[in-house]
Amino acid sequence: MKKELIGVYTIWLRDIKRYYRDKPRIIGSFAQPILFLFVLGTGIASSFSVFGGGGGRDFLNFMFPGIVGMTVLFTSFFSAMSIVWDREFGFLREVLVTPISRTSIVIGKILGGSTIAMIQGTIVLLFSPLLKIPITFAIFFKVIGIMFLVAMTIATIGIVLASVIKSMQAFQVITNFLLMPMFFLSGALFPLNNTLKWMNVVSKINPLSYGIDAMRTVILDNPTLQLYPLWLDIVVLASVTVVLSLLGTFLFSRQE
Amino acid sequence: MNDINTNNIIEVKNLVKEFKGLRAVDDITFTVKEDEIFGFLGPNGAGKTTTINIICTLLSKTSGEVTLCGHNVARERNKIRNCIGMVFQDPSLDDRLTALENLYFHGLLYNIPRRTLKERSEEVLEMVNLSSRKKSLVMTYSGGMKRRLEIARGLLHYPKILFLDEPTLGLDPQTRNKIWDYIIKLKKSKNITIFLTSHYMEETEICDRIAIIDEGKIIALDTPDNLKNTIGGDIITILSEENVKLKKYIKEITGSDVHDAKEGEIRFEVKNSSSFIPKFIKNSPVKILSISARKPTLNDVFLDLTGREIREENASTRDSLRMRMRGRMRH
Ligand SMILES: Nc1ncnc2c1ncn2[C@@H]1O[C@H](COP(=O)(O)OP(=O)(O)OP(=O)(O)O)[C@@H](O)[C@H]1O
Ligand SMILES: [Mg+2]
Repeated sequence: MKKELIGVYTIWLRDIKRYYRDKPRIIGSFAQPILFLFVLGTGIASSFSVFGGGGGRDFLNFMFPGIVGMTVLFTSFFSAMSIVWDREFGFLREVLVTPISRTSIVIGKILGGSTIAMIQGTIVLLFSPLLKIPITFAIFFKVIGIMFLVAMTIATIGIVLASVIKSMQAFQVITNFLLMPMFFLSGALFPLNNTLKWMNVVSKINPLSYGIDAMRTVILDNPTLQLYPLWLDIVVLASVTVVLSLLGTFLFSRQE
Repeated sequence: MNDINTNNIIEVKNLVKEFKGLRAVDDITFTVKEDEIFGFLGPNGAGKTTTINIICTLLSKTSGEVTLCGHNVARERNKIRNCIGMVFQDPSLDDRLTALENLYFHGLLYNIPRRTLKERSEEVLEMVNLSSRKKSLVMTYSGGMKRRLEIARGLLHYPKILFLDEPTLGLDPQTRNKIWDYIIKLKKSKNITIFLTSHYMEETEICDRIAIIDEGKIIALDTPDNLKNTIGGDIITILSEENVKLKKYIKEITGSDVHDAKEGEIRFEVKNSSSFIPKFIKNSPVKILSISARKPTLNDVFLDLTGREIREENASTRDSLRMRMRGRMRH
């Protein structure tokens, strides 16, 4: 048991070490949210006044938790998916011949990706004063908890996919046909309760919707923007995480 | 079945591995003895890596029996994993970590206590002469240094068997020699069984026994000397003006088969080349442009068994291409 815990810790620690060694990645991680928030967001917000009606400011506020969610989504997903090329070309092959269980490897990988995603999300959260969104300590810690949960959910999705697909090409396809739609239909950029019916349905089966909703609930504390009660969000996210991590472990442990 | 021979550390019986209809390993049977250097020699795609991956629990077999240190490869994976060290054909170090960190993570996974781990890291780094660079990122290492570090890592948990899959692939000749020096040194200083693969035949000469493998089958298994002795003496290569006529003549006087070799030359084997050549040149019915004799190599053995050279002309460019592709794939 202790051996397995050390195993989980080792896999986790390695991902963290690699992360903070990777300065370009950390700096790059600022770029995307800034682009979305201050270029796309401000652009769309100002178009509100062109087409009449106010609410530009509100839109930016609405979008902010979505951008935090986006950062968590991409970071966590790509960290988990790195298991694909790690297995073929790197460190993971080495781990696979050590006497550590596949379960520990999967858990370590999920925790590693989630931790990094949480750190990245926190960096974006630091932009909140620019949008005049007050973040108290209490809110801050709640957001961190939600971010970690969402990151775990996404990481388990990544692990399941990574255990099924084996090639870089398939990875590209997944990114385009799954990850992007998941992001757009999560309510991160625009509210989904007033759109087309099919979009609404899709958003209900999209686990990320619940993550974004939870994030928005905690950050903005504005009941009118809330889709589901917070407890429901948490239950959905936690259940998906548990089920998928079991599935992921099973798939990953299969031998070719 | 009761095995009479208890010092077999690896036993492989009728092993078969199929990939979607392709028989990568085709019913092979062999044993590796404790404390020997055992080599797999074979061309690209022969099934060397596939066999190793099955033995070291990374790949499942289609059928057959594999035991290692008395443990069954299908049922006692963890026991097997505890007694093997691996140096993969493909690089498997973490580029963004230092040498020490790579060893540290490896040691943690084998549950080596921290203090022991520190001592052993120093020990194995010393052995492969990397102590002075132990705190540099692996990214900054040369190909040969990386390989040495991988060997060091493979030894960190004191495995009973060390697997080296093409330990010198893609390295320049000098570095290759150095790697072999380390392996020989290692064998001298420790009781360890070494299982290596290569398609550079000169390199497998350090093995106690060699299995020559081709298209998934073991076509010969013996000591390097015995393998070379299967060839009837020395190899003679001749360039002449009229090969057909000469071939017939040689066949008549020596009784041995004559083969076409590279660049219009012909080659054959004779017992004693130094007494044969002068007589031959004097009596040859055809003008001889050049003639050379040499001792047989393992390549000749392979040629003899399969009619092909073990390494095609472009094999080395293919290797380096493969290495480059790999470099690009890494993140
Ligand atoms: N995962 C796989 N799926 C399908 N075919 C495979 C797989 N792995 C290996 N093969 C095939 O099995 C055969 C043996 O491959 P293997 O890697 O064992 O050869 P090798 O002797 O190690 O060659 P090399 O000297 O190039 O490393 C090859 O034809 C290869 O294409
Ligand atoms: Mg190979």
